[in-house]
Parts: sequence; structure tokens; C-alpha cells
Amino acid sequence: MAGRGDTGRLTPEAVPDLFVGLFVLVLGLLCLWQAWAIPVTPIYAQVGPKFVPYLVGMLVVAVGGGLTAAALRGGWSRDLEEVQEAPPVNWRALGLLGVGLLANLVLIDSLGFVFAATAQFVLVAAAFGSRHPLRDLGIGVAVTLGAYLAFDKLLGVNIGAGILEGIL
Amino acid sequence: MDVFSGLAFGFGNALSLTNLGWALLGCFLGTAIGVLPGIGPALTIALLLPITFKVSATGAFILFCGVFYGAMYGGSTTSILLNTPGESGSIITALEGAKMAKNGRAGPALFTAAIGSFVAGTIGTLGISFLGPVVVELALKLGPAEYFALMVLCFVTVSAVLGGSALRGLTSLGLGLLIGLVGVDLQTGQPRLTFGIPELLDGIDVVLVAVALFAVGETLYLAWRHVEGKQEVREVGKLMMTKEDWKRSVGPWFRGALLGFPFGVMPAGGTEMPTMLSYYAERKLSKKPEEFGTTGAIEGVAGPEAANNAAAAGILVPMLTLGLPTSATAAIMLSAFQSYGIQPGPMLFTSQAELVWTLIASLYVANIMLVVLNLPLVGLWARILKIPTPQLYAGILVFATIGTYGISNSVVDLMLLYGIGILAMFMRRFDFPTAPVVIGMILGPMAEQALRQALTISQGDWTTFLTRPVSLAILLIALVALVGPRLWAVLSQRRAAVAN
Repeated sequence: MAGRGDTGRLTPEAVPDLFVGLFVLVLGLLCLWQAWAIPVTPIYAQVGPKFVPYLVGMLVVAVGGGLTAAALRGGWSRDLEEVQEAPPVNWRALGLLGVGLLANLVLIDSLGFVFAATAQFVLVAAAFGSRHPLRDLGIGVAVTLGAYLAFDKLLGVNIGAGILEGIL
Repeated sequence: MDVFSGLAFGFGNALSLTNLGWALLGCFLGTAIGVLPGIGPALTIALLLPITFKVSATGAFILFCGVFYGAMYGGSTTSILLNTPGESGSIITALEGAKMAKNGRAGPALFTAAIGSFVAGTIGTLGISFLGPVVVELALKLGPAEYFALMVLCFVTVSAVLGGSALRGLTSLGLGLLIGLVGVDLQTGQPRLTFGIPELLDGIDVVLVAVALFAVGETLYLAWRHVEGKQEVREVGKLMMTKEDWKRSVGPWFRGALLGFPFGVMPAGGTEMPTMLSYYAERKLSKKPEEFGTTGAIEGVAGPEAANNAAAAGILVPMLTLGLPTSATAAIMLSAFQSYGIQPGPMLFTSQAELVWTLIASLYVANIMLVVLNLPLVGLWARILKIPTPQLYAGILVFATIGTYGISNSVVDLMLLYGIGILAMFMRRFDFPTAPVVIGMILGPMAEQALRQALTISQGDWTTFLTRPVSLAILLIALVALVGPRLWAVLSQRRAAVAN
């Protein structure tokens, strides 16, 4: 298929595409390595545990090679309307969101779900342009506490009480 | 059970107060999440999977089907009032629906979408009731070799035929198959692709992957490209359709439904193709083609919306009769069957006849509930649309945490969630489809099992896939679906070159 992207050579625009192709290629090689590392089973099986992993690994290597080749011919991102019309990367939003996810990750084991998820809620809301952190804090506590109680009491799913253990 | 005694039994069960309650809850929840941009039925059902520990299989599946049907109804509201399609099937609805809304005709557009969804849902459910047992009858004759061939066909169609590029679709599929392989091999007990990490021995949870793809990845992508500003929600205005609106809608409803259902039933799945075809057909047939793309033509909402719903209903046929999921939502429902220890496939209609017929009867019930619920509550749905983006996405991520950490209480799972979420963000940026990941992950292990069974029966003879005529035929169709379009492109290019 000759899209607009088919320039026959690697263009600066296609460099991100090249990284994607190489990433997929490496993923396929990782899969092949892990398939090779599966110990040979002493149990008799017509198709052993290695066969399908090898097959999938080869598929991923093949498509990774195909994507890399496509990138070297100019890539496919040039044909994507959404990429062409995309606004510049919003580092502020992405950064705040990343901090939010990280806060959740770090706090959830020690402080528990309600605190960690509320911290995440405030940071994510700020990432998407909310300018009322105190109001978000209130909404966040209500949402996380409500969700905690609903899942814990109705469904019996323990989301991790943390320091609220025994209080709720 | 034949169709009528099955349905009679099913309705007896579905009309019990508890099951009506589950259906109502599912419809309500489904519509709400269908209305909300950014979350869809696959994510919602994935997050609701924990209820399979507490609730009976019948109740849980009635709830899931309510969500599934409800999301289709809700999706049209978003496309009409916001001009942002909530899911891929309502992209076409957004074309004409948003134009009608701009001209102050949002009410009739919503009305025709709701009735069209009802007509299509009913035709689709009738199709499931009568076609299901026929397919089962045929499917019972298939052995593991044919099943494996069918799954290969399913892999090819969901990844290579639908979507923008076969290469990118197959990459997504490969990623899904890879994720599905992680964990202990069931037949030999060997750990596979675990990289020595003990947490990975149990495999990667489907809820985690679904949440990562549909919630975390989507949110990250939106933040990446976020532009401050508010989206305008159009006023609903007067809801009722005029006599002319009715006259112009009836044909498209039925045509759309009859067009959509077969597309859903075929293993290719997908709702984009039938909605598109219905749109072009209605534009051709319309007496007022000048309204298309200008003031907004009601036929362009009625037809595609009906096609969308009928196709979605059709997807349930291969899922219930063959155990083949052709959409992300169906794949997640399939994993719910597995968590009840129910093996989906043709045996379902015999071994779980009560469950299946209650489920089908509930689909009729859900459809009626939705049309009754939707039109009077349209104001409420419009208000849901006004939830500001910051709080909406902050809330979605709270539920993403619950869906993963809540099940396992493991920070490793949370890291995996965010890792796959980042991957999903890049997949979105580079236009890789996400549905093949979920389908590959769930169908992959089933295909491996079928492959092993087939080769055990044939005593290791690989030609079994080619000597059994049905298996050979299915594999040939898969091959044509994979290379046919490319071959066609090359040939027509050559012919053009020769002509020049």
C-alpha cells in the first residue's frame, strides 16, 4: 500500500516510527529468548510448552521487522490525521499525571487506598487544568471513600485500608 | 431445549424481581458509561468482574449484558450532543447527529437513535434466539482441529482485516498473544515468559490489561495532547419527532438493523463497517440528500445507529455459541465465564441451557428498559456529559486502581498497570488498535489448547488441519482474508501501470 508516507527513505519525521519498529523487534526477540529458556519438560506432550511461544515470538519479530522496514521507507505517522493536527505535547499535564500515578504507587501500601487515591485524584485533576485543589480534595475524599466502602462492604473486595484499618 | 421452550423458561427466570433488578442496574450503568466520553463497556465490565465472586452467574451476566446494550444507547447521546463519538461504532452517528444538534434538532436525533436502537436491538436479539441453536447444532460437529482453524480465522479478521493497517493490527495481536502466554503452562506446569518474576507465575490478569489499555492509556494520551478549554454540550430542546421524521426514520431503522446483524455474527466482528455502509446506503436512498452533511439528515442518524446496535447484538452469537470473542467487550465477558468455571462454546447451550436462555430473555427485557429509561431521562444523561474533564479522568483513574490493586493488593500489579498503560499511550499515538490485544490475550491460550488437542488426536500428524475439509476451508478463508486485499492492491496497481 503506497500511502503518502512512502517516501522510499528514512525521513526525520519517521524516526519515532523507527523506534516503534525496533521496540517491537526487541519484544519479539525477548519472547524467543524466554521460549528458549523454558526448561524441557519431562512430561510427554505432543506439543510441548515451547512451541507456541516460539511461534508467537516469530510473529512479533516478523511484524517488528515489517514496521522497521515501513519506517525506513518514510513511516506511517505522516498518514495519520490525528498526528498531523495534534497540538504540541503538554508536558505540564503529562508531568502532573505522572506524579499522580507515582504518588498512588508509593503511598498505597503504607497509607492505604483512600489516601493514595485521593492524592492521585487531586494531581490528575490539576493535570487536566483544574484550578481548585481544595475542592478536588473534597471530591476526591468523597469518591475514594465511597468507592472503598462500596467495594469493601458490598462486594467484599478489600482495597487496602492502610492507616484507616479498624476505623472504617 | 428448543427455541420456544427455551425462551419461555428464560422469560420466567428473567422476570423475577432479582434478575429485573440486575438488568435495570446494568442498563442504567451502561447508559451512563456509554454517555461518558473515554470509557466504554469493555472497561466497565472489566471493573465489575469482582462481582463474579459474590453474585450468581445468571445475575452477573444479566448485569453485563445490560451494560453492553446500555453503552450502545448511551454512545449515541454523546455523539449527538458533544460531537465526540463515545466509541468506534458511533463515529458515523456523530456526522449527521451533531449537525442536527447544531441546527437545534438534537431532540429528534436522540429520539430516532433511541427507537432505532430499540428496533435493531430487538431484531438482533431475535437473531440470537433463532440463529444461536442452529450455529450450536453445526458447532457440535466440529473437532479441535476445526476450532483451531476458526480461532486462526478470528485472529486474522480482528487484527488484519479491520482497522487501518494489517501490520499494526497483527502487532497488537502479537502483543496480546504474548501477554496471554505469561504464566504457568497448564499442560506441563512449566513457567513461561515470566522472566523469573514470581508474581508473573499466575499470568497477567485480564482486568489489569483492559484497565491499562482503556483507562490508563487513554488518560495518558489525553494528557499528552491536552488543550485547556471547555467542550460545548448542545441543548436537547424539543424531543418529539414530527410525522415526517417518523416517515423518514422507519426505513433506515429496519435496513440498518438487517445490515448490521450479519456483520456482527461473522467472525470479523466490528461495528464500523456496517455503520458506514448504512450511512452511504441511506444517503443514496434519501429523498433529501442535500441535508446530508449540511443541516443534518435524520436518516443518517437512524440507519447507522440501528446498524451499530444490531452488529453489537450479533457479536453475542459467536461468543455464546462458539466461545469466540470478536470484540474487546465480548472477550472480557468470555473471561467472566471462565472465572465461573463455565467453558464457553457449543456445550453452553446444553450444559448451561438455563443460564443461556435467561440471558437471551434478559436481552429483550434490557432493550425495553432502555427505550423506556432513555427518553425520559435524556436530561439526566445530558447532565452527565457536563461532568468536567479534570474530575472525570481523575475519577476514572481511581477506579483503575480499584480494579487492579483491589483484587491482588500487590504494588507489582499497579506497576504493571502503569507500564502497560504507557505502552497503550504510545499505541494510541502510533495508531495501533487495542481490541486485538484483549482478544489475543484471551483467545490465545484457548487456541493453544485446541492445537494441542487436535495434534494429540491425530497422534502428532500436522496434516490433520489440511486433510479435514472443514478445517482446510476455514484456513483457506483466513489466508484469503490475510493476503487477499494486499494481492488485490498489487494486481490493480500493476494493471494501472500496464494501462498507462
